[in-house]
Parts: sequence; structure tokens; C-alpha cells
Amino acid sequence: MTDFRINWRTLLLVGPAATFTVLFFLVPLAAMAAASFTAAGAFSLDNYRHFLTQPSYVQALVNSLEVTLVVTGISVVVAYPLAWVLAERVPERWQRAALMLTILPFWTSYVVRSYSWLLLLAERGVVNRALMATGLLDQPLQLANTRTATVIGFVHFFIMLLTLTIYANFRQLSPSYRKAAADLGASGFQTFVHVVLPLTLPGIMVGAFLAFVLAIGDYVTPQLLGGSNELLMPQLIIQQIGRRADLPLAAALSLILMVVISIAYLACARWLKLERT
Amino acid sequence: MSAPVVSIRNLSHAFGQLTVLHELSLDIKPGEYVVLLGPSGSGKTTLLSILGGFLEPSAGRVLIDGRDCTRMPPAKRPTTTVFQDYALFPHMSVGANVAFGLRMNGIAKAERVDLARGTLALVGLEQAFDKKPHQLSGGQRQRVALARALVMKPKLLLLDEPLGALDLGLRRQMQDELKAIQKRVGTAFVHVTHDQEEAMALADLLLVMQDGRIVDQGDPERVYTQPSSRFSATFMGENTLVDAEVVEVAGSTATVRTAFGTLKLDRPQARPGKAVLTVRPENMRLGTAHSGKVSFGDGTVAESVFQGSYRKAVVRTDSRQEIVLKLAVDQPISKGERVALHADPRHVGLLQE
Amino acid sequence: MKRLLDLAAGLYALVAYGFIYLPIAVLVLFSFQASRFPLPPFTGPSLRWYGEVLGDSKFTGAMLNSVVVGFVSSAAAVLLGFLAAYGCARMKGRFGSAVRALLIAPLSVSYLIIGMGLVVLFNWTGIPKSLLAVGIGHVVINLPLCFAILYSQMSDNIIRLEQAARDLGAREWQVLALVVAPVLWPALLASFVLSLTLSWDEFLIAFLLTRFETTLPVEIWTLLRSGLNPKANAIGSLVFGISILMVVLAELAIFGKGRKKS
Repeated sequence: MTDFRINWRTLLLVGPAATFTVLFFLVPLAAMAAASFTAAGAFSLDNYRHFLTQPSYVQALVNSLEVTLVVTGISVVVAYPLAWVLAERVPERWQRAALMLTILPFWTSYVVRSYSWLLLLAERGVVNRALMATGLLDQPLQLANTRTATVIGFVHFFIMLLTLTIYANFRQLSPSYRKAAADLGASGFQTFVHVVLPLTLPGIMVGAFLAFVLAIGDYVTPQLLGGSNELLMPQLIIQQIGRRADLPLAAALSLILMVVISIAYLACARWLKLERT
Repeated sequence: MSAPVVSIRNLSHAFGQLTVLHELSLDIKPGEYVVLLGPSGSGKTTLLSILGGFLEPSAGRVLIDGRDCTRMPPAKRPTTTVFQDYALFPHMSVGANVAFGLRMNGIAKAERVDLARGTLALVGLEQAFDKKPHQLSGGQRQRVALARALVMKPKLLLLDEPLGALDLGLRRQMQDELKAIQKRVGTAFVHVTHDQEEAMALADLLLVMQDGRIVDQGDPERVYTQPSSRFSATFMGENTLVDAEVVEVAGSTATVRTAFGTLKLDRPQARPGKAVLTVRPENMRLGTAHSGKVSFGDGTVAESVFQGSYRKAVVRTDSRQEIVLKLAVDQPISKGERVALHADPRHVGLLQE
Repeated sequence: MKRLLDLAAGLYALVAYGFIYLPIAVLVLFSFQASRFPLPPFTGPSLRWYGEVLGDSKFTGAMLNSVVVGFVSSAAAVLLGFLAAYGCARMKGRFGSAVRALLIAPLSVSYLIIGMGLVVLFNWTGIPKSLLAVGIGHVVINLPLCFAILYSQMSDNIIRLEQAARDLGAREWQVLALVVAPVLWPALLASFVLSLTLSWDEFLIAFLLTRFETTLPVEIWTLLRSGLNPKANAIGSLVFGISILMVVLAELAIFGKGRKKS
């Protein structure tokens, strides 16, 4: 008998997945929270105190925020027009091919892609060689192991990602809106400014948030491309586990990062809700 | 006789190899409510798109208010369209939606707001000015779409199955309102629908379309009772068709011979040759034909079914044709009864294609 | 004016795609480098580095580990997700919403945090770093996806099929295995492939939870720590090539099936 109440059957079906999630997702989070409040085996706020009193630690958070915001900003600004070109200018029969072309680079390993940028930006790498060959430079630029390299590496990935999400947003837009705007006398430009842009804004917001979360938690790109002069939060966290084997501190730093992400989430959700009314 | 507000001359359109409109020609008078009626694939939506400027026709011309607008884009054309899905801009308030066209045409804010409020009052929604579209019901959204189009004072208002998304009761109510609003503003409307009752309720000029051609046009009552094409005879409800022959035409009188006898009909357009007589079920009567009435022979009642507001009877004639009648509910009639059939010549259509 | 816009659009797209494909082009080009450094000038073409990679048991071992971890964790994620989606579809009300929220929750948490949580947990419970740990981690990140995809497919149609099957006498497991699963096979396959793709390329959790036996991304990372090396180019290009091959095969399989049907 198919009934929609909770009985032993549904519990048996849902049980494994739910138990697994609790055991390996919720419990670890709780354990991490608990660990962050321990030092030398006892309850302590030392870890958080440590963070607040170490200028280099706070700096890591500041760096992370700066880099992530810059990356998100640049990626959105570059990806939006590209998504527009894909959605509006590419003829219908080439749409699938264009989409494939955009997705293809994702098939390279993420680690390897960041490494490729290292190749490009190295002192004897392609970029420097090219610039010197054209006479624009006498001496190679220090591009690798800088914040610039980290930003370039991130922007490369997020342009690909955001182009896809914004493109999907464009495609979902009912053609009736554009027809109605034209019918009422709007030029192409006016239609874009008054109708298309406002209606794709929520999609941009969601994409930007996604980029923010992924970037701020990423270890690979800053570690490979940013060098050791400047540390971002993920690098700081991993550092605690590696050499210093200080799990509680790492846990505290992770929690701080989580709080930052949650704040961003709430701000985004609030903005989206305001958009609706 | 005023000049037509819209003139279509030899309009044709093809999508690739498929011709969807064949040499259409049509005049629309100012203030006329025109309805395009037809099944899907008849070309009615294509014709509307061409009138609105969303499609450039393969051949032919469209003149609006005397000007050749064939290749004119929608923005410059003196037409506005009410879309099937209303296409209200979700991020703007109702007032901003209605004022949008005015804003695009450079009207100052104060004047825009005034005009928008006025038109919203016309459709009975002045209190919705600051609301957002998603806060309104389907019927209300439909009226906002109408207001947005009307405020532009177009020479021609186009409506693409505007009542399709509404339920029956609401549809009937909106039909009355649409008609009333059209009379008040005096703008020519072109309304596309596949619902024949809607078409007949609204149209001053009814156009029946099939396979890219106008197969019948005129006053709804005339088109209904005296269809001039086989398609419009059967598309708009049940109809009895009887083979006939026009043997002679003298002045405006046609002598028509059928299996049930010879009759004279006042049909100036008739010409000698094969024809089909049409009679709607509600116009077919029981009893022998007496002075002036047209006989449709005798037959046996095969079925008599209670349908609520009328009684549906099917009579199998001696010439083995099945004729459907709509009778009064309490008409005494029983299966197997022998009856005679006749109709008033004003209700008899003469089809010659 | 329109032509100008089209020209600008085309140019912009060209530059953007050029930027996107630049590192990939460089990667593949210098994988065929003959000399020691994957930097200009290009001294190839040579298959030297491909040979070294394929002959290196560390890499082939890591590749195998990635495949095993990928397949096993994806299978687990799909199975758990499927059962849970099916169960949730029959649960209405607040309890159902709560369960759904729980199962979807990991999607909103950064991999770093998930990984860190597991590090703390495993450290605390004495579970060693291993491929098993990574597998568990990958199930944590893929289960919500599989659940979300499969839950969205649990329409009323499925419920009706289930009722019909039961009406004909089928037992619970038979309904699941013989009726519901076959009907949902595209979604099941899609979830599996998606999980596999994410697991295959996943670095952070694998990095945190393995020590000796690792997956391919971690092995590549170790290689990279010692500086620029054409071996990395070779592996990267190999991974890229294999992925493209799989996508092409998948397309052929899907379109081949389509053609057979019509």
C-alpha cells in the first residue's frame, strides 16, 4: 500500500543516506567546532585569540577577501559580455558547438590548469618571452609567485564557469519580453538596459556568489601561483595541519572562514529577496 | 465610406519550402473589431506577427493609415501587441510596465504617470499601479497587458489569443470587457483565436482562416448561418450539408434543385452549377414545409438525447443522410418516429466553391 | 551599426576564447618537449615524457586509485541517493523537508571545510588516512548532488508505476529494482557520470585524507612541488585526452541509441 506517512519502509530507504550525512558531514563539523575551542586538551578560546592577535593571520583573511572580491568582479565583468555574445549573436545551429567549446577546458585537471599558468607566467615562460621578443620589455617581469598570478589563475577558471551560468540565464529569458519591449518602441540598446540586464541580474548575483565561495576556499591556485610571500586563508589553514600539526587552530581558522562565507550567503539571499518585491 | 486603417495586399509568406500564407488581401475599417478564427496551422498567428512587424512577409504589402509599413520594425510601427503570455516585465511595477512604451518614446515622467493611471482606470485596475505583476491574478495581468498596449494610442491593436490562459467563466467576462473597452477607445482591434464562440461574440468582422487562406469573411451571424466555404461550415460547429444544384439564376433569385424538391432562394451571388445547402441544427425544424419554407425530406428519428439546455435529435432521412437537430428540451419526440424536416430560407446557406 | 556590433562581438569572443585556451595550448604543446624544461624554445616533438609517465608506477598506480575511488564512491553516492530520493518522494510534510534539507546541506559548504571536518573526525577516532577515507569524503560531496538530481525526477508518474507494480504483486525490492530504477536510468547514469567526473578531478579532500597511496591529482601535485616538469604536461594532456575521448564516446553512445530507435 503506498501511503505517504512515515513508516519503517521509508525510514529504511532514507536511513542509509541520512545516517551517512550525519556521521560524515554533521559530526565532523561539530567535531571541528569542538576542536576549535580546545587547546592542550581543555576548553579554551586560545585559538581564536591567536587569530585575532596575529597580524599575519588577520592579514591572510584580508588577503583572501581582497583577492576573492577582485577575482569575482573581474570575472563577472568579462563573462557577462561573453555569455551575451554566445546567447544572442551565435546562430542557433552553432549553439551546441559553442557550448561544447566553452565546456571543453573543464576537462583538464584543475591542478594541471593552474600549473599551466605557472608555465605561461614563469620568468622564462611564454608570456615573458613573447613580450621580450616584441621589444616591449628588456627584462622579464616577475609574474609568477605574485598575487597577480593568483588573480589571473582564478579569473581564468571563473570566466569559464560564469560564462556558462550567465549563458543559461540568458537562454531562459522568454523571447516575449524582448518582443514586447520592441513593440512598445524600445531600441535594441534600450531593451538591453531596461529589460534584459535587470532580468539577468539575479543570475549574475548567484554566479558571483558561487565564484566567491569557490575562490575563497581554494588552496591550489594561491599555493601554486601566489608564492609564499603572501598567504591566503586556505594556505594558512593547511599550514597548521602540515608542519605544525595544530588541528585545533586549523579548525578555528576553518570555522572563521565558514562564518565569512555564511555572511556572504546571507547578504546574497537578502539582496535576492529584495529584488523580488 | 472612410478609408481603411489597414490594407493588406497580396500578402504571402513562406518558411523555407513551406508556404503559410497565400496571397491574402484584406481591408480593416477604423474602429473595427476583427477576429481571425482558425485551427492551429491556419496562418492566423503568422498574419498577426506580420501585422505587428515581427515578421517580414515574403511578398505583398501592409499599409497602415495609408503608409507602407511592410518592412517597418515593431518599434516604429503604429501598432501594439498583447502577447499570449502577456510578457509583463516582472522587475517593474504595474505602473512602470504600462508607462514603459511612453518612456521609450520620450514622454516626460509626470505625463507618463498620468496617462498610465488613466489607462489603468479604463481597465479597472487603477489601484494596482504600485503592485508587481506576480502579485496579480491571471485576469488582472491580462488587463495590465491590454492597458500597456492601449496607452500608446496605436492605430491598430493586435491580440494573440489573449484569453487562452483563462478559465471559462473568466474568459466570458473578459470578452465582454474587451468588447466594451474597444468600443470606448475606438481603436481597430485584430484578435486571434481558435474559439468560435469567442470569435462570434467579439467580431464586427469575422475572418475564417484555413491553410493560409481566408476562406470566409463577414458579419459573424452571416458567416455562421450562411457560410461561404465548406471549411467554415463545419469548423464552427455542426452543420447539415445537402447536395444541390443551381439550375437557373434570374436577377437575384436562384432556382435550386435538391433531392427533396426545387426551391427558390434570394441569392444575388449564385451562379449555375453544383452547390451545397447548409442548415445549422438549431435552425432545422420538424414538420412539413409550408408556404415559403424549404423542405429537407422525411426520415426516422434515430436518437433523442437530453443535453441540458436543449434536446439533440438525430434523424436518418430516407436518402440515408444523418441530420442533427437541436430542439427544445420538452419537444415531444421519440425514437423511431417518422418526421418531416424543413427550414426557413433565411437560415439556409448556399455554398458554391 | 549592427555590423559594427557583430564585429566587436566576434572580436571579443575571439580574444576571450584565446585567453581561455592559451594555457591548454601551452600545456599540450610542451608535453611534446624534447628537452628538460617545459619552457620556450620548443625542442620537440618527442614522446619522451609520455613514456616516462606511463612507465612510472607511481602515476599509473595513482591513476588506478583515482579510477577505483571514483567508481566506488560514485556508485555508493548514486545508490544512497537513489534510495533516499525514492523514500523522500513518499514523505510529505515537515519531516520530509527536514530530511531533504539535511541531505542537500553539504552542497553549500566549501570542500576545504568538509575535508577539514573529516580530518578532525578521523584524527579523533583514529581512522588512518587512506583511499577509503578519500572515498568517504567523495561520497559526502557527491551524495547531495545525486540525491538532488534523482529527487527531481521522482515525479507522480513514478508513484503511479509503483502502485501498478504493487497491484500486480511485486515486493518492495522488486518495485525498486525492476520498475523504478530502469525507468530512471538516464538520471542514474547522469548522476554517476557527474560524480565520477567530480571525484576524478578532486584534489583538496584527497590531499587532506591520504598519505602514501593517493589519487592522481595529489600525485601530480607532489610532482609540481619540485618545480616545472614536462611530465606534468604529459599527464595533464593525457587526462585531457582521455576525458575528451570519454565525452565523444558518451555522445556516440547516446546518439547511436537515438538513431537506432528512429
